[in-house]
Amino acid sequence: MTQLDPRVAMHMSDAAVSVALETPEMTLNIGPQHPSTHGVLRLVAKVDGERVESVEPVIGYMHRGYEKLAEVRTYAQITALVNRIDWVAGFANEIPFIVAVERLVGVEAPARAQWIRLILTEMTRISSHLLFMSSYPLELGAPTPLMYALREREHVMDLIEGMTGGRFHPNFNRVGGVKPAAGGGANTKKVIQDLPAGWLQGTRDAMDKVDAVCDELDDLVTGNELIQARTVGVGVIPAEKAIEFGMSGPNLRASGVGFDLRKHEQVLPYDRFVFDIPTGANGDCFDRFVVRLLEIRQATRIVRQAIDTIPSGPLQAKVPRILKVPAGETYVRAENPKGEMGYYVVSQGDRIPYRVKIRSASFSNLSVLPWLLADALLPDLVAIMGSLDFVLGDVDR
Amino acid sequence: MRGTPVNFWLALVVKVGAVLAVALPVSLVIIFGELKISAHIQSRIGPYFAGGRWGWAQPLADAVKFLQKEDLVPGAADATVYKLAPYVVLMGTLATFVIIPFGPDLVPENLDLGIFYLLAVSSLSTLGVLMAGWASGNKYSLIGGLRAAAQLIAYELPLVLAAVAVAVQAGTLSLNGIVEAQATSEIFGLSLHLPYLFTGQVIGFAIFVVASLAELSRIPFDMPIAESELTMGYLTEYSGIRFTMFFLGEYAGMVSLGAVASTLYLGGYWVPGLSGSALNIVGALVLLGKVMLLAFVFIWMRWTFPRLREDQLQTLAWKWLIPAGLVNIVATAIFKVVL
Repeated sequence: MTQLDPRVAMHMSDAAVSVALETPEMTLNIGPQHPSTHGVLRLVAKVDGERVESVEPVIGYMHRGYEKLAEVRTYAQITALVNRIDWVAGFANEIPFIVAVERLVGVEAPARAQWIRLILTEMTRISSHLLFMSSYPLELGAPTPLMYALREREHVMDLIEGMTGGRFHPNFNRVGGVKPAAGGGANTKKVIQDLPAGWLQGTRDAMDKVDAVCDELDDLVTGNELIQARTVGVGVIPAEKAIEFGMSGPNLRASGVGFDLRKHEQVLPYDRFVFDIPTGANGDCFDRFVVRLLEIRQATRIVRQAIDTIPSGPLQAKVPRILKVPAGETYVRAENPKGEMGYYVVSQGDRIPYRVKIRSASFSNLSVLPWLLADALLPDLVAIMGSLDFVLGDVDR
Repeated sequence: MRGTPVNFWLALVVKVGAVLAVALPVSLVIIFGELKISAHIQSRIGPYFAGGRWGWAQPLADAVKFLQKEDLVPGAADATVYKLAPYVVLMGTLATFVIIPFGPDLVPENLDLGIFYLLAVSSLSTLGVLMAGWASGNKYSLIGGLRAAAQLIAYELPLVLAAVAVAVQAGTLSLNGIVEAQATSEIFGLSLHLPYLFTGQVIGFAIFVVASLAELSRIPFDMPIAESELTMGYLTEYSGIRFTMFFLGEYAGMVSLGAVASTLYLGGYWVPGLSGSALNIVGALVLLGKVMLLAFVFIWMRWTFPRLREDQLQTLAWKWLIPAGLVNIVATAIFKVVL
């Protein structure tokens, strides 16, 4: 480097500094091990300070190949797999699959079994939404609602376990009915299987507790000004965008689209019950929270009606011991707590399906992330991601 | 102080020992309080078995466990700065104890510039946080450290402005002087002998408490740590004894800022009708009681609110707290002249 002429150097010190300060963007790998990615989601975020410029979700860390595994298992074994897709709503995953098989076989579950399926689906919805109620404030930094929501969720889990024998993975549906855990072993042929004693009354009491915790959460979270400051107007998804991205479930309804498969498809006898479909107005994080809270209240309403009107009768229709499903194909979808859950089942007249295609809600719901997170703030990234309430098992399958 | 050097060193050792003997046990008590209070807020039981009754030994057990952990330094870290950071944080916090009066004579060093020294020294710990964030060689730590720096700049000002109003009302910067001024406070010629919280510094107290929460990086202002966003912010890479020092620093900071707030606004060690050595003993307990009360409020807020966003934090500081602090100073000054 040559020595500058002192006069030139003097002039240079006078010259205005025209070089812009360079702030190169930083690539931040959020996940796959991160406290708020709900499992092993990885987000490759380009951040400029606190501002997120773009986000690329990387999925597949949780891929377990269930569609392929289903091709080498009998229909009864597959319910054990589909349980584990969205593991916080295990029971609700079984319904569309088992109904698809029943439609292929041509049997229908007895009314009492259908009612039990419906009650358990709604209880699964309560448990899944209560988990959201607990984890979402935690992501915003409020650790206390977690304990309140989980405390009451435990009552629901206990009842599900009492009925099915499994807290998370009930594996409870059979083709043509349901199979309570009580009365297994040598007694199965002698004792007529039915609900555990006192189960219906216990469920009714649990619903009161769930409603009470909803009031508590309303006070603690919905009415909390700091929560509102963090969520109102954050992560807005307009209705047309939500439809474009194939979103479903509470995320879609928060954007104002009143689409609920419980009203549109008769997989379970929802037409016998009176309930509302809560929708949001703005499609922001706050609406997604409130819609889920309202859905819990609707679910308790449905469960109460179902307990009042549950018919008597057998729990299982007559199906052959070795079940060969006639050749054919069908698609059945139902309203999972996370959104639309569907199975496309192809049979070639064998004991195992030829192909099972799984349509899960979280996968489509997550696809909105790159669009939604562009130009968000880093704290909002966590708030938005949490508000979509996805489960990685449901994304990757 | 200006006697023989032996006396100076002896006094130094005694005073440092005294500060540690007060700050660390009280911090442990507050840590235990946080464990138990948070448990009851969350309808849990909290620690139960360690130590026999109510799990009182849980903070000690935690400390012993942390001491046994490996002291890891990440390969990408700037090792010297990384290792130094926790000391800076703890130093900055402990240094504030030097001027806190626990009684008329129970004060390590009664500085004439008490508040000035205090506000200067309490900023040091944020320097340590910035060092930790920068030197960890981790992007989350970096963001956390920079957030802490932004937070310091924003919230040091309201803290100073709130304290200035107290200094104006008391007419002194010495903390002992402020306590005495509250003990003899008058309004409209009436000798009320009430703490400043009840004689005009309500807004100042609110500003001071909110700014203290931000200085301490506690929820709702814990963006530098922000577990759900930045894993643990600047603490992400720390383990073992260095993590313990950060942890202790946080709670010691709670004690020191709580003690300062009690001194400035709640009358400090002063008890009506007591003087001399009786006040030295009872006053210290009274001050500790007030510190515990404030710590309870801090803990209560911590377990009730979510955290704010970084821009909301800045908005709160620059658009609300600082203007309110300025108005508070002007109002205090006017009252001071008029009355």
